[in-house]
Amino acid sequence: MSVRRSLPYLLLVPSVAYLLIFFASPMVQAVGLAFTSTTGEWGLSSLSAMVSDDRFWPAVWTTVILLVVLLPIQLALALVMSMIVTGRLRGKGFWLYVFLLPLGVSELGAGILWYSIFVEQGWLNTVLQAVGIVDRPVLWLDYREPWRVIGTIVVAEAWRSTSLLVIILVGGLRAIPRDYLEAADVFHAGQWQRMRHVVLPMLRPTIRTALIVRVVLAFEVFATVIALGGTATDTLATQANRAYTEFQDAHLASAYGLVILVVSLVAVGIVLAALPTHKERGE
Amino acid sequence: MRRVLAYGAAVLLAGWILVPIWFVVVGAFSTADSVYSYPLAAWPDWSLESMRFFVTSAGVPQALLSSVVVALLTGVLTLLLAAPAGYALARFVFPGASAYRLTVLATRAFPVVVLSIPLAVFFLQWGIYDTVWGVAFMHTALALPFVVLMVAGVFAGVPVDIEEAAQIFGCSRVGAFRRAVVPNAAPGLAAAGTFAVLLSYNEVFAASILTLQEPTLPVFVLTGLTQAPLPFRYAGALFLLAPAFLFILLIRKRLIGVGGPTLR
Repeated sequence: MSVRRSLPYLLLVPSVAYLLIFFASPMVQAVGLAFTSTTGEWGLSSLSAMVSDDRFWPAVWTTVILLVVLLPIQLALALVMSMIVTGRLRGKGFWLYVFLLPLGVSELGAGILWYSIFVEQGWLNTVLQAVGIVDRPVLWLDYREPWRVIGTIVVAEAWRSTSLLVIILVGGLRAIPRDYLEAADVFHAGQWQRMRHVVLPMLRPTIRTALIVRVVLAFEVFATVIALGGTATDTLATQANRAYTEFQDAHLASAYGLVILVVSLVAVGIVLAALPTHKERGE
Repeated sequence: MRRVLAYGAAVLLAGWILVPIWFVVVGAFSTADSVYSYPLAAWPDWSLESMRFFVTSAGVPQALLSSVVVALLTGVLTLLLAAPAGYALARFVFPGASAYRLTVLATRAFPVVVLSIPLAVFFLQWGIYDTVWGVAFMHTALALPFVVLMVAGVFAGVPVDIEEAAQIFGCSRVGAFRRAVVPNAAPGLAAAGTFAVLLSYNEVFAASILTLQEPTLPVFVLTGLTQAPLPFRYAGALFLLAPAFLFILLIRKRLIGVGGPTLR
């Protein structure tokens, strides 16, 4: 092969080699770890230890419920934010900056931020009491009320991780050719019709991408959960972390990792099936 | 009327983002008495007491230093690996280019939880467990897929004409790259590197698995979180939030579309 022909491949070598060492090989190793016991024998003992843990199923459900509640809220928020950023308002640079700010905020930073709001003597109770909605502070982070705690995590995650959807959706909105929008105007389409029949269908592949990215990340929700729920609320990622940092059991931790991987792939499959592209629908 | 509605929505959503940030700023820059008072005051007794308490706490300076070192290593490593790949994607049409793109993006479908645990085992064997290098290697693997695509976009934005012009005027291929492409691509490359730095500074799960005695700042704050007094927590949160204000300002326009249309 001539130098010219092989040059692009040579340029790809460093990144491919890196991803093989630091990505592919640990991935294979993870499967090996999950299917061996702490003494190194092959088998399902790590997996069965995981499933028989009292906190396993609650962690699964909390993780799934978080995602199911969070995703529609985020998508709606992100759509409105993206419309504002790509619309005809003044100060677009400012709105974009503000809407993207949480993208740079760590999970833990956001968790503590919302802790200061939801803690008993925090901002939410201060405001609610000042307005007269409640007479005394509400225990939002009460560990005996898992639903309430999950609600606070949903709010914190909606605040933190919607920006990611915004950057993807804004990219998609900008890619919609002007002609289509002008055609809609020529035919006197109202704002709603234009949205329903032009913008959303054109945005479909982008929405799909955004959902996939978000779904995968949602199964890794970790520091926000610890900041708000302490040790009382578990997700799959907090359980995996505990398995490694507290019990020093890489096998159990990898078993949790595999569960996260499997549910992520299932969820991605659901998104792909729910939002087929035109090509896949045979149009 | 519609305009008013749109501005209303914009202001409301900006408030949703900014008001909570204000709360944490208040918490970090007020006296312990204000932090523990109830009801809280939106304009407290301002003071550097909490921040001073945080930065002088045992372990915080080292953790902050670790975080900065890890983030810088990640930024440099990621750029070194991503720049050639991004250039190849932007300038050459070759079989396998789209397969490469897709594979790189698909790596992000695999959760960090799965990766970090075997890497901890490897790093123990290689003797880089609990070092800044180990964490930086992991963070580089996380940032690389996004940064490759950002960098490809940056190089694609530098017109091929100026590279050819440089070659016509006697530059070698490498010389043309160095003198014509690099200066034009520099701001974009810096933005891509900044993205990697920010991702690393914020990452907590992998860093908590891969460190023990030498935690990064988020790991240090997380480990002591349940016992930490409120002023410590809020000052810590401010440290975790602060880089976002500057970095997002610098790179906001370059972030648009990362991983978006390319995944179609």
